[in-house]
Amino acid sequence: MVLGAGVKKSTNQVLETIAGAWIVARREIRDQLRDWRILTPIIILTLFFPLLMNFTAQQAMGFVTRYGAPIIGDRLIPFLLLIVGFFPISISLVIALESFAGERERLSLEPLLATPLTDSQLYLGKIVASLVPPLGASYLGISVYLVGLVLSIGWRPPPQLLLQVLALTTIQAIVMVSGAVVISSLTTSVRAANLLASFIIIPVAELVIGESVIMFWARYEILWWIVLALALIALVFGRMGLRLFNREELLGKEIDVIDLRWVWQQFWRAFRNGTKTPIEWYKNVLSCSLPAARWEILITTGLLAAGYIIGFRLADTFTIPKDLVNLDALGETLKNPEGSIVLLLGLDWKWIFYNNVRALALATLLGAFSLGVLAEILLMVPIGIIGYFAGNVVLAGGDTLQFLTAFVLPHGVFEIPAAIITGSAILRLGLAALSVPKGESLGQSWLKSLAECARIGIGLVLPLLICAAVVEVYVTPRIAVWLLTG
Amino acid sequence: MVLIETHDLTKHFGTLAAVEGVSLRVEAGEILALLGPNGAGKTTTIRMLASILRPTRGTAKIKGFDVVQEPIDVRRSVGFLTEHHGLYTRMKQQEYLQFFGQIHKMPATVIRERTTELLTQYGLNEASELRLGQFSKGMRQKLALARTLLHDPAVLLLDEPTSAMDPSSAHMVREGISGLRSSNRAIIVCTHNLHEAEMLADTIAIIRRGRIIANGTPKELKRSLLGDPVMELRLAGPLDGALKHLPPDLKTLAMGKNWLRYQVGQPEIVNPKVLQAMTEAGVKVITLSEVGRSLEDVYLQVVAEGENGFGSRGEKEH
Repeated sequence: MVLGAGVKKSTNQVLETIAGAWIVARREIRDQLRDWRILTPIIILTLFFPLLMNFTAQQAMGFVTRYGAPIIGDRLIPFLLLIVGFFPISISLVIALESFAGERERLSLEPLLATPLTDSQLYLGKIVASLVPPLGASYLGISVYLVGLVLSIGWRPPPQLLLQVLALTTIQAIVMVSGAVVISSLTTSVRAANLLASFIIIPVAELVIGESVIMFWARYEILWWIVLALALIALVFGRMGLRLFNREELLGKEIDVIDLRWVWQQFWRAFRNGTKTPIEWYKNVLSCSLPAARWEILITTGLLAAGYIIGFRLADTFTIPKDLVNLDALGETLKNPEGSIVLLLGLDWKWIFYNNVRALALATLLGAFSLGVLAEILLMVPIGIIGYFAGNVVLAGGDTLQFLTAFVLPHGVFEIPAAIITGSAILRLGLAALSVPKGESLGQSWLKSLAECARIGIGLVLPLLICAAVVEVYVTPRIAVWLLTG
Repeated sequence: MVLIETHDLTKHFGTLAAVEGVSLRVEAGEILALLGPNGAGKTTTIRMLASILRPTRGTAKIKGFDVVQEPIDVRRSVGFLTEHHGLYTRMKQQEYLQFFGQIHKMPATVIRERTTELLTQYGLNEASELRLGQFSKGMRQKLALARTLLHDPAVLLLDEPTSAMDPSSAHMVREGISGLRSSNRAIIVCTHNLHEAEMLADTIAIIRRGRIIANGTPKELKRSLLGDPVMELRLAGPLDGALKHLPPDLKTLAMGKNWLRYQVGQPEIVNPKVLQAMTEAGVKVITLSEVGRSLEDVYLQVVAEGENGFGSRGEKEH
């Protein structure tokens, strides 16, 4: 009974959100269709361009068939289908920037913000308004192209291909529009938004090039994976957009000027976290920062473990000659004084420390602008390499545990936790944009996460890396020699 | 009935304190002018009242609804005239009002009736075929006012309603605003126009650097900031002989051959005595009147005190 009432309430809320969003979307769509600057390219790309592509496909087919290479024509036609669908949706980015940043710049947003519409209704309405005309044009263009092909050369697309192209077109439009919202929310003018839009246009253009390669390669099943990846990106952007598109963010930001004093204050306050002495601060890092990152620590540990397993399994495919990874043979080599060079004996621990810090700094940089994803991948690589060698040791008849104990574990005891903690802090930093706390701006939230990252980096990671470097130079080689030479 | 109530309302943008500790009460039937120079915090204050911006500290209630906890109810109860009209230039006026009516979930027939009523009231009926981009500045502002009133809100927040308008359009809009006074509605007008504030408002709150530095009726503000009323006596003959008949404690400010200016705390008691004294001295009185002191004097006085680090003056919750 109570459950039923709850479901009914939720349904009503959803319907109410859709109804409010549709009022906003309908007005914007009507407005777009009155604007010749939007209407003209849509008409050209919907009607003229597919016919041109049709003509191109016919000519290409005739040409390649004449020279006995019909396969090129077979691959070209589906590719042109993708292009015909993509061109009209490229307008969605412009429409979205106009709808979000433009309305703000024209000062027509504030009257809308003063109405009972919720932030979600406004956001959803604008997203729908930015998607409907370009997607409509895209579907129409695809239809014109296909009808032309059926009539001219009798080519009909396989249902799966058609479904893939429609899915790709739709999800690419959603990614561009949701990305445009994120960009628009960070700027106060269309000009600035257009400049930042290259962060969307360039990756999407590269993606289309990649898709075309896949289509010429005829590995159509990979397109589904692209659809899935784009859906995930759209979800991430959507969530970010919902967080950022709120009244406070939209009107609280008047000009795009960097206030360095404010930036430093925010960072320093979060870095100190109310502590007064270094000891108090250190205790605070251990008692607050570390437990707060427990979920990210778990995720990073899982990902590094996955990296190890992937590397281990790759040994089956790319196997190293047995004599190169034979632990007994290696033990014999180590008996000779010159053989111990492979164990980094004589290297300066500072050099290793510096290398590790440089790698983690790069991971932080990459992670900060990729929601933590690139950082996690970068951290997975060395673990994957260890897994790969471990896998090869097993294939060569050796003992994985002996290999790991000899070469990895002594300093890995410090280095791997350092990598996990760094990965978790970077993940938190990257995800800060997705989970901006209420009452905080994106900048505030990001600076706080950056300060957390710095706290963990200075308080935990650097000491661990120093220990790891010292152990790697002075302890690991001796353990390796002891274990492998008996 | 109190329709607008704020307590210690504060808004910070980073290190900037845009509004600091604003406490106000506006009852039904009352018009409050929020008077202050550009950048004083007027717009930020009413944006918080319209639940568009979230206060950093303090509380605000509109018709009993909390601006943080019940933003949708607040925005339903508020008509917000933004400083910039923000019209959609490719739309026509009926279509525009219909859009906002739908957002407020008004039935179609009610939207039609209200649209006709408001467009007639503001003399915009003739412009039904024009796109809003073709409207004059005055027409645009009047349509924005119609949009604000469409759902018949209990609270009106008007941000610089006549800024950058020519005198005739500004006059028309002011007339329109004064016609909105009703027993079940509270209005806040943000302005830096002293004449507008004096003409429209029952009470005036002067805001500077985010703080209310003076608050009261125009009369109260004048008295508290400029002192007691100043009277001017003009005589038919010379003043010399009549001076000794005047009340001994009369605070004389200036005098001429046949005129006298004095400041008086209780004019109803002192003025009859002055007139009696003139009669006793046999001097004919031409006029006895209060010297007009404008709101501008008050404003300049308050702002000057503010510049000198003076605290809040004449402040009271009303």
